[in-house]
This record gives sequence, C-alpha cells and structure tokens, in this order.
Amino acid sequence: MMGVEPIQQALESGAQIVVAGRSSDTSIFAALPLLEGYAPAVVWHMAKILECGAAAVAVRTAPDCMMAVLHEDSFEVFPLRDDYHCTPQSVASHTLYENADPFELKEPSGTLRTNNARYEAISERAVRVSGSDFVHDPEYTIKLEGVRQVGYSTILMGGVRNPYILAQMDSWLAQLDDNIRTRIRNTVGDRPYEIVTRVYGRDGVMGALEPLRGNVGGHEAFILWDVISESQELSRSIATSVSHLAVHNPIPKWHGLISGVAFPYSPPEIDRGPVYEFHLNHVLVPDSPTSLFRTEYEEL
Amino acid sequence: MATLGDLAKLVRSKNAGPFWLTIDIMFDDAEAYRRARDAEIVNRAAIARLYNRNPADIIVVNHDTALAIKVSFPRPQSSGSKHDSDVYGGQQYAPLLGLEVPG
Repeated sequence: MMGVEPIQQALESGAQIVVAGRSSDTSIFAALPLLEGYAPAVVWHMAKILECGAAAVAVRTAPDCMMAVLHEDSFEVFPLRDDYHCTPQSVASHTLYENADPFELKEPSGTLRTNNARYEAISERAVRVSGSDFVHDPEYTIKLEGVRQVGYSTILMGGVRNPYILAQMDSWLAQLDDNIRTRIRNTVGDRPYEIVTRVYGRDGVMGALEPLRGNVGGHEAFILWDVISESQELSRSIATSVSHLAVHNPIPKWHGLISGVAFPYSPPEIDRGPVYEFHLNHVLVPDSPTSLFRTEYEEL
Repeated sequence: MATLGDLAKLVRSKNAGPFWLTIDIMFDDAEAYRRARDAEIVNRAAIARLYNRNPADIIVVNHDTALAIKVSFPRPQSSGSKHDSDVYGGQQYAPLLGLEVPG
C-alpha cells in the first residue's frame, strides 16, 4: 500500500493525471499539499476527513464531494452540495471510520494523533480543524496485504419452511454432513474438500459472534451451502450430491422419502469460480518510499 | 429502561482492515452520549460476553467530540475467508442495541 511519495514523484515529473495502484486512502489527498510544504499534521488530518467525500457531513443522503481549505496550522472543511452541512461532531466522527483507534491513524511515514484536535463551527456548513500532531516514524514502512487462492467454490441456496426441521436444525444438518461424507468418499474418494453451511435465521449473519446462535428464530430459514475444493468440476460434482441429499435428508418423525428444502433455482448449483483469503498482513521497510512502485508515463 | 438502540443516533460496524471489526455507537446530543458513556455498559467484559471474544483483545474508546463510543476487536476469521459471512463487517453491531442504559 503506497504512501504519498510515488504520487509526488509522478507530479514532480509533470504528470497531469495520476492513475495509482493501491495506496492508503489518505495519500491520494495528502500528496500534493505535502509537496507544496503544508504542515504534515494539518495535511494528514485533512486527508483523513476528505477520504470518503461527503461521509463527513451531518446527514448524507447520497455520495458527494467535499472541499477543504488549508492554512498554516488548520484547515476548513465544507460540503459542495448546498443542502449538506458539516458540524464539529460530523467531522470529528469521520476519524472513527474504518479505524480501530480514532486517535491514532497510521501512515507510512508516521502517525497522526488527533487526541488534542479542536473542531469549531465557523459557519452553518463549515468546520475548522486544528491541533492534531503528526509523529514521524524513524523508519518508513509499507503495509503489505495479500491473498492466496483457497480453491473453487460452488454454492447452493435453499429455504426450509418445515417446522419440524427448523426445530431440530442442528441435528438435521449433522446427519446431512454424515451422509455427505459417506457419499463423497464413495464417489470421489479422498480428494480434499470443505462445505461451509450458513443458516440464515439462526446465525447466518454473525456466525461465531452470534449470541443467539442456538436456535432458529422464525418460521423459515435460508441455508447457503458453499462447497470449496481444488477444482470447479469437483466442487460442482460435490454440490450436486449435497443438493440431492439435502432435499431428502430425513427427520425421525416422518417415514418415506421426504422433501425438505425449497431451491429457488434449477439447477441449484451455482459456480462461483476461484475463491481467496487474506494471508499476508505484514509491514515492510523498503529501500526508499518509491523503491517498490513502478511509474510509467504516457502522453495522450 | 432505555436501551442503547433507543438512545443512539447511529450504530454501525465496519472492517478496520481485513482482520479487525470496529463498531461505532454515535449520539446526537451530549446528554444521551454522557449517559451511555458514564453508565459504562459498553466495556471490555460486556463485549467479550456478548461476542464470545477474549477481553484482552477488545478496545473500547470514548470520543467526546464525536459523541461516540467505539468498540474494536479482531475478527474470528479474516474478511472474505471461507467462514466469513460479512465481508465488509456491516451487520455485526445488532447485539449491542439491546443493552440497557440506566439513568
């Protein structure tokens, strides 16, 4: 994730438009004013407030732009849409956004500390911000983010309305898992695969964080099966078995071939292609702030 | 007794990077904010209980200018991984809405 320096280098070389790869959100706004010599504390705080445009207004009905005016030791910020306005609270609140700690905002060259920031209304719509500190780090660091492919996914979506199944969802799914394992062992052998089952109406949204995870709350539930394996063909083949076994997965109360799942689509299997997960979350000390990033110039 | 959901102007959750979740509990008047803050119902032990997390991993911050209480903790799995159900972390605040605020 690049800082301001590669963008500044491009600007200093005469670029009029910079198409950048992954940078910190704030670097895009901070590059030019830092180049012009404005104080880092003022610039980085301004950049943090501007990063999501009109997200820092009091009532945002639709996305829009924001304007900031920089001074030596403060900046003013206001929305461009006439019916929007900023308040000290709405501007201060934006430091909360997508950060674990609103008072410490880490950038490649240092940390913005907003503990002593002052937010004053200077009109009905504009707020002046001052008093933050920027602490330069002794070492310049680049955040590395990366993913790895974990396989190919095929999903199934199904609904359950049968109150007997809903009342014993956990054991019904455990039995289905057993049946699936046996079937897959007999058909595809020992090739590795995983089936992630989400039950909406129980803990589909929050998973391990759900305090009410023990029961299905309503009169119906939605089940999302996600089959992941080393190839799309294998995932699809397993999902085809899962859909068939799920529909007819029995409950102790009933005898005969039951129908227990409503599939909204036919065929119920939907290929999702390759799937990934984050596995790289590192901090790197580069040779220089620009050494990891290539810049190409084009004349249009 | 009023709940946090009754008193707050906005409660939202979001990723703070792919490995952390963060929840903002925001108010529109200072009195409601101070009432919730001073009741100390949003604390590490309470969050740990509600979300089945380790208290040592939880950050709770009061932001007096923003009239907001902020809670952050590591995700049980990284954003978008096999077992994640909320890639952007947008729906992880609901259990807080029912917390009762004395006073």
